[in-house]
Amino acid sequence: MWKTILRRILIMIPEVIILSILVFLLAKAMPGDPFTGSINPKADPAQIHHLMKINGLYDPWYQQYWNWVVHLFHGNLGQSYQYQEPVTRLIAGRATNTLWLALVTMVLTYAMALPMGVFAGRHEGKLPDTVIRVYTYVTYCIPFFVILVLGIWVFGYVLGWFPTTGSIATDANGWLQTIGSRFYHILLPAILGALFGTVNIVQYLRSEVIDAKHSDYVRTARAKGVPSKDIYRHHIFRNSLLPIAAFAGYSITGLLNGSIFTETVFSYPGMGLLFINSISYRDYTVITALVLIYGILNLLGTLLSDIILSVVDPRIRIE
Amino acid sequence: MAENFNQHSDISAADLTRLSQEAKAEATPSTARIIWDEFKADKPALVALVVVVGFIAFVMIASLFIDTPKMMETNIMNYFDRPGTNGLWLGADSGGRSVAQQLIVGSRNSIGIAIGLTVISSTFGICWGLISGYYNGYVDWGMQRVYDFMMMLPMTMMIIVLVTIIPHYNAITLTLIFSIFYWEGTSRLIRSRTLAESEKDYVAASKTSGTSNLKIIFREIMPNISSLIIVDTTLSFAENIGVETGLSYLGFGLPTQTPSLGTMIANANDPNNITQYWWTWLPAALEIIILCLSISYIGQVIRRAADSSQRQGAAD
Repeated sequence: MWKTILRRILIMIPEVIILSILVFLLAKAMPGDPFTGSINPKADPAQIHHLMKINGLYDPWYQQYWNWVVHLFHGNLGQSYQYQEPVTRLIAGRATNTLWLALVTMVLTYAMALPMGVFAGRHEGKLPDTVIRVYTYVTYCIPFFVILVLGIWVFGYVLGWFPTTGSIATDANGWLQTIGSRFYHILLPAILGALFGTVNIVQYLRSEVIDAKHSDYVRTARAKGVPSKDIYRHHIFRNSLLPIAAFAGYSITGLLNGSIFTETVFSYPGMGLLFINSISYRDYTVITALVLIYGILNLLGTLLSDIILSVVDPRIRIE
Repeated sequence: MAENFNQHSDISAADLTRLSQEAKAEATPSTARIIWDEFKADKPALVALVVVVGFIAFVMIASLFIDTPKMMETNIMNYFDRPGTNGLWLGADSGGRSVAQQLIVGSRNSIGIAIGLTVISSTFGICWGLISGYYNGYVDWGMQRVYDFMMMLPMTMMIIVLVTIIPHYNAITLTLIFSIFYWEGTSRLIRSRTLAESEKDYVAASKTSGTSNLKIIFREIMPNISSLIIVDTTLSFAENIGVETGLSYLGFGLPTQTPSLGTMIANANDPNNITQYWWTWLPAALEIIILCLSISYIGQVIRRAADSSQRQGAAD
């Protein structure tokens, strides 16, 4: 098993290197340079030329790349032009918002998906199973952003149950109120994300339960007279839980990619909205940093899932 | 020829036609026939099929009669007209432009891009999966690493970055940019089926008799997994409608002067529009939902037809 994990991590290293080169080249390909923002009618072209020279912008690209990587390892991602703030600090502030949203969404997703999956598997082919199948089918097909827009319309504007913008109310005082207000702002996007993100877990759990129903240990438990409820709760569910835990990593990647839409619709100040804003202001340092961070988080999410799976399922281990 | 043959056997010409007719009747029906039977057995699926095909045909033809530049002209007299006034079925938006006309042209653009994206990305994904699964070994390992790398990229972000880098993009470059990032799902599915398929006896037999690899892949394995390909293509078509509209919604799909279902839903970003002028965005949102549900449902029916144990139509 350690071999699998080690191999998996070794493969990761070139991937990260290629990603960083790609991101760097894309940033170079974007129009403008780091001093475009400071150009004004009073700026002397010769001075800007000088600034570009001492900052190494006329060096060959591999040299510039190397400098960039060295800065990266010192935690220096450059300066944001739009916000006039170090990118590291800017993103750190937004990242907590995104991660809280992702965390609440994930907790809600599992809270809904686990009972549904077991229930559907237990009543295979009967009415509850059909209802859950239709539900997963519908949620799988509809593009997520359409649901977000309809959700904010119905629950945010028409019914007025939830706030429609921001991450915290302006008049929130004291830590209890602050936390409450933050949670209240997260709730609607999290519920919508969870409702429409259960498909994989429900379907996987359902087929696991159906397989387990006919296995020997369940038959033994039945023969010993264990009540049906306890069989599902303790025997089957316990056994199916670990592979389901492996989905957590993939869920993170899915949520991150969805965060761009969620945060745009709800004007929620996280990394996704920061990305969209930075694109419209052409704030290249922020864009580069965000693409890199998302790529690495994607990688870590998949790595986590693969490790859990290889621990749980010996068949996919490398000999 | 038949008479010649009959001189040396005691089967008459009439017997021969009868026998061949019987054989025809007992033979497995063609794929198209099976799928059609499945649709006939499932009425909602037939409705979905009629809705999707009819709607796409209507949109393609109707948009020919709409003068897009004229439609996109601002007409301040019709500012936020309610549906049904001034001969505007679905009202007008902030520029006094007819929502119904924009919906038709926008649907054509969105569906057109989705079709283009499906054709390009599926073709590429299928070839990738077939080659990767058939050759196995080092080729497969290398191709899998490329796959892993593509999966790691934050797709939405990469597309947005590429769209901002390319100075003059249009529907075709947009489709190509999308295609770079949306072939992975298909390729993984096709690869796993090809892996299983290439271990079968017919492939081994074909190899021994000296058939070229390319011919085995495209003339022998591909037809055998054709049902999977049809199902996957249908489902990714539904998904791709979401891809283009989603990016256009964010403002990084089609340019603003070209209506798309996504840019119409983006009207909802304005708090005034979303509450008071619902007709500027709600029809587009509902249309996407209905289209995606219908297309996926058609895909499900084809999947059922491909799997003989699940068929509902024409008991065999």
